[in-house]
Amino acid sequence: MGAKKFPELDPIIEKYRGKKGILIPVLHEVQNRVGYLPDDIQKHISRELKVPLSKITGVISFYSFFTTEPQGDHTLGICLGTACYVKGAEDLVDEVKDQLDISEGETSADGTFTLTVTRCVGTCSLAPVLMVDNKYYGNLTPADISGILEKYQDSSQEGN
Amino acid sequence: MDNREVLICSGTGCLSSGAEEIEARFREELKNKNLVDDISVKKVVKKTGCVGPCSLGPIAIVKPEKTFYGKLDIEDVPVIVKEHLQEGKIVQELLIEEDGKKVEEYTDLNFIKGQKQIALKNIGEIDPSSIEDYLAQDGYQALEKVLTEMMGEQVIQEIKDSGLRGRGGAGYPTGLKWEFTANAESDEKYVICNADEGDPGAFMDRSIIEGDPHKVIESMTITGYAVGAERGYVYVRAEYPLAIENLGSALETARQEGYLGENILESDFSFDIEIRVGAGAFVCGEETALIKSIEGERGMPNPKPPYPAAKGLWGQPTVINNVETLSCVPEIINLGSSWFAGIGTESSKGSKVFAVAGDVRGTGLIEVPMGITIREVIFDVAGGIPDNKEFKAVQIGGPSGGTIPAQYLDLEIDYESLDEAGAIMGSGGLVVMDEDNCMVDVARFFLDFTQDESCGKCPPCRIGTKRMLEILERITSGEGEAGDIELLEELGEKIIETSLCGLGQTAPNPVLSTIRFFRDEYEAHINDKTCPAGRCTSLAEPYVIDPELCIGCTQCVDVCPVDAISGEKKEVHVIAEDICISCGACEEVCPVDAIYQRSNKEEGDKNNG
Ligand SMILES: Cc1cc2nc3c(=O)[nH]c(=O)nc-3n(C[C@H](O)[C@H](O)[C@H](O)COP(=O)(O)O)c2cc1C
Ligand code: FES
Repeated sequence: MGAKKFPELDPIIEKYRGKKGILIPVLHEVQNRVGYLPDDIQKHISRELKVPLSKITGVISFYSFFTTEPQGDHTLGICLGTACYVKGAEDLVDEVKDQLDISEGETSADGTFTLTVTRCVGTCSLAPVLMVDNKYYGNLTPADISGILEKYQDSSQEGN
Repeated sequence: MDNREVLICSGTGCLSSGAEEIEARFREELKNKNLVDDISVKKVVKKTGCVGPCSLGPIAIVKPEKTFYGKLDIEDVPVIVKEHLQEGKIVQELLIEEDGKKVEEYTDLNFIKGQKQIALKNIGEIDPSSIEDYLAQDGYQALEKVLTEMMGEQVIQEIKDSGLRGRGGAGYPTGLKWEFTANAESDEKYVICNADEGDPGAFMDRSIIEGDPHKVIESMTITGYAVGAERGYVYVRAEYPLAIENLGSALETARQEGYLGENILESDFSFDIEIRVGAGAFVCGEETALIKSIEGERGMPNPKPPYPAAKGLWGQPTVINNVETLSCVPEIINLGSSWFAGIGTESSKGSKVFAVAGDVRGTGLIEVPMGITIREVIFDVAGGIPDNKEFKAVQIGGPSGGTIPAQYLDLEIDYESLDEAGAIMGSGGLVVMDEDNCMVDVARFFLDFTQDESCGKCPPCRIGTKRMLEILERITSGEGEAGDIELLEELGEKIIETSLCGLGQTAPNPVLSTIRFFRDEYEAHINDKTCPAGRCTSLAEPYVIDPELCIGCTQCVDVCPVDAISGEKKEVHVIAEDICISCGACEEVCPVDAIYQRSNKEEGDKNNG
């Protein structure tokens, strides 16, 4: 009846074991690997690194980058920083919501996209900006959205 | 083509406008032409950090002529290779035109010409992955000078004499901060570089780290030497993957080459640096919260004093400086404090990087001497407002800053003057707004931001900003009441006085400054239930189509986001007024100007008659 094991996380845990102030780097790496931070993984980290579970939960809820829900294959991050807002980024959000029938933070029914709105992603000169995973798309109008979504829908189906 | 070089801007801005494809095409073209037999393509084609004028991307600069080719198409590449690289002729058709003239050298672009680059000096010139490139620009010379010729106190004195002040927010004198840390008793001290860059509208720190990572390493090491620290941390926000990658590899190279680690340059000084990645919390840019975050905690700020210089990371004396602040340090050491102090105004020395964005032609990064006027920045360097629109205001300092109207265009920028105008220097985000922006809505936008980012530790910030946001939301949706403006002012003052950290202490600024300069706009929303800029859609009046002018082209039907327009091809179209959200999309596409808002038309008629 032992606790659930996560051998794929061993290298991450070992790298940081015994060091100071490593909780946030560990959570970053684990989320990179697993995609999100569900309860059983939080418990695993707590046991292995001897950090109280309450602290882990507290840190995860404080930082908006961490998520406890599974994410779609691709994350759509629409920037709502000042420059993007001034250049009409809200219309992009509405367009994506319409096309995928989801709200912020939700994942599309086919599991392809999760919609998030972000703070300035640092490419204000191309405002308004949409990030798909780590790729930037700038100077967008709502009419550009469907073309971008299609690119990723196709590649998801091919299993990339 | 023996000594020609092609620099491809590979900053995040240009990457998203297709720089990678351009670079690949250059390499392919050179290979196809067998131009690589004696020289490696890697050397001819070089990737640099952000050159600055992002709106002209993708960008290639050909050296030694420094020819600037902007807004490149893939198809332009073979032409440049053949005519310029092979035959040595500048390709006139591909040059950017300014004021009716073709600009050849990149330093003659309006956008570059008016600048005084210190922190940005190498960016766009060097390949960030090449330490040789950095060394060729006198890189690590300041570190060497410091280690071999100067005592820690002398370094601090030099920085004090230069007049350098913090570029990350408050403008605190850097030398003093270092001195406090140096004088604090402890054999364990830290240097932190703040690369959290939270102002949504600023991106200079990202560009510096992406484009010149060794500069950050060199500066932090000098800081460590000056204050007696052996460890440094760079706290970078998670939204900047390329910066994290470039800095990570630069750290490795610096260690291999002896510029970082044990016994740097064979001295008895040792120093090393670690990257810490943020996790999406604006308050973590505040120094005490940032320190908590590095310690692996929730990023809640602490009251000051004690200041980090006395009690910082792990309770030890800590210098914390912004990326841009640190990036001025090697230049000050190399060229001397009096050179730096000779630039700028009485109280504010050197130059400042601004991230210019919003409704302006030339968007991107510029570094200009302190004391330049807002007008020079927006109109001379950045080219003014596009689409024949009027300048309305510029937002400086982000969520802690303010909105400066047209009557201040001739204000000379320094820390004090901006303060007096109700804004702050902040990190240097400069978002330009044209006549179509509603100032009440802008205030609401920032309050929405700070209210969401408030960490919740102190009630004035947590509850006060929420109250202010509720009032602003009422006003922008047409439910404002008499007394709302006064209530906002009163709440704002209270929050400023009683909040625990800089977040709350500055959160009301965007509201107070818009009330100060655009009170009539607030009054129009509250008393007349109209939004003069037409941005607040629940207040805006619907559009109508003039049946005599409509030619039935269906363009408006196609663009309407809410399907409010009906009508078959070649028949007169009609807008359902109860569905129309007044976004104006139809008015913009109408080829015969048949679409209008009643009040605008009446006003127009009045003016014309
Ligand atoms: C809410 C808040 C957010 C801040 N965000 C940043 C930031 O993103 N980057 C930064 O360098 N300083 C930021 N600061 C200022 C820092 O607290 C600190 O003053 C600065 O890093 C000191 O460096 P400097 O003296 O070189 O400017 C912020 C301050 C507050 C109150
Ligand atoms: S505001 Fe969107 S990238 Fe900066």
